[in-house]
Amino acid sequence: MTTYQLIVIGGGPAGLAAAHAAWEAGLRSILIIERSKHLGGILNQCIHNGFGLHHFGEALTGPEYAGRFIDLIAQTGVELLTDATVLRITADREVSVSSTAGFRTLRAESIVLAMGCRERSRGAVGIPGTRPAGVITAGTAQMYMNQFGYSVGRRVVIRGTGDIGLIMARRMTLEGAQVLACIGAGSTADGLARNVQQCIHDFNIPLLLNHTVTEVRGKNRVEQVVAMQVDSRRNVIPGTEKIFDCDTLLLSVGLIPENELTRSVGIPIDSRTGGAVVFENNETAVPGIFACGNVLQVHDLVDFVTSESVRAGKAAADYVLHGECTDTNALELAAGDNVKYTVPMRVRRGNVDKSIEVFLRVKKSFGENACIVVKQGDRQIARYKRAYMSASSMEKFSLPLALFESLDPNDGAVTVCATEQEA
Amino acid sequence: MTDVICIVCPNSCRLKVDEKNDYKVTGNACERGVSYGRDELLNPIRVLTTTVRLTGSEECRCPVRTRAPIPRAKLMDAMSAIAAVSVAAPVTSGQVIIPDLLGTGVDLIATRTMN
Repeated sequence: MTTYQLIVIGGGPAGLAAAHAAWEAGLRSILIIERSKHLGGILNQCIHNGFGLHHFGEALTGPEYAGRFIDLIAQTGVELLTDATVLRITADREVSVSSTAGFRTLRAESIVLAMGCRERSRGAVGIPGTRPAGVITAGTAQMYMNQFGYSVGRRVVIRGTGDIGLIMARRMTLEGAQVLACIGAGSTADGLARNVQQCIHDFNIPLLLNHTVTEVRGKNRVEQVVAMQVDSRRNVIPGTEKIFDCDTLLLSVGLIPENELTRSVGIPIDSRTGGAVVFENNETAVPGIFACGNVLQVHDLVDFVTSESVRAGKAAADYVLHGECTDTNALELAAGDNVKYTVPMRVRRGNVDKSIEVFLRVKKSFGENACIVVKQGDRQIARYKRAYMSASSMEKFSLPLALFESLDPNDGAVTVCATEQEA
Repeated sequence: MTDVICIVCPNSCRLKVDEKNDYKVTGNACERGVSYGRDELLNPIRVLTTTVRLTGSEECRCPVRTRAPIPRAKLMDAMSAIAAVSVAAPVTSGQVIIPDLLGTGVDLIATRTMN
């Protein structure tokens, strides 16, 4: 059986960065397995710009960002297996893969899970009505339009105000479609303010907030979409129907990490992130198996995916070259007041060099005096000021080892809270 | 005083631009916000990203962008000009697809290497 030091599952931005980091850290037999024909993952269809401002200090399009990493990988000896689907992994790190070359089982000394996520669909949000053609998730429409050159629709309603929905509102308008409304159940759009400006306001697209889609009508193709106003608890208000004559309904209603392989080896999944429970170095509960990118937590920015995946790749190399982490006395990191989740969830201090990077999402919006507080029990460990925090933007901070080196795990979890600072 | 959301980066800074004071910009976290805020009132500009028809490849569209921002008012005209163009593989990322798009002085370039 062929053995690799590292097998990376997924050739998108997470897998590429992890493989490259592992190569830089000294591994010399690395395989990336990618389901589609090309490396780059979802970035290949994200033709808009704004990627890479953190990592490269310039605004790149998705294909350009992916291209930078594809070029870096090409300069290494990392092997690629594209058009190939991993069907099974085991806890002792066998990887079974089906490709045009047939079915093979490979062995790996370490595995990085970088499978990304998929879109929530109509069924997940339960939109009543008929089931005609023309109801599509925004990312699928993006692929049809940007990679296959299809027009997708002429008169379009978009449900969801996340970034993908906003980006597609602009994209379809540029290609000659009429976007009748971008509908969101919240009182503000979920996507970045810059995307509300450049995708919605720039093209005078109606943004219909505090509304939801309550019915799809049409026999063969979508003919009408009905929207209704919702109250603060998101219950529909009778008598508020608005009817749109349209041929297409795009759905931008969230993403689901693709963790079937992860679950199949018994790796615990966090119910809030939808991704694996991981340690400070992105290692899962199964030694030698690491996770990074959107399969671990749905990110807003690919730049953050890159930094997370570099850490996972380095950690995989460290595991192969220096063996398993021996610190079994992990500190638990938990979400406190107003925080939805943290990544990582467990910290082995013996494995930390200088500091750890912690990602989190807050549950509500905070103003100019926002701050993130880290504490154990009532004792404050660290405090980070932020101007604005919102539920739709991921936050991160770096916690120096010196601040948590001497804590006793028996004193309880280290909690991360979000609060408004008193002036 | 006009409120402007800066689109230069995901921070989405809430700028205030003072027309009566030589378009002085406040609320910006970095220098790029100054020129963005000023341009947004005097001459709004945007980078246009789209695709062009690709021949001689397994793929049928090549992603492109304007190398620099162009006037926002010209976006739809630019789309028409780009729709008339077809490019043959192989294409290298950064290759000029349309020089001096609509007389803006800005080139349209490929953003992906396509074989």
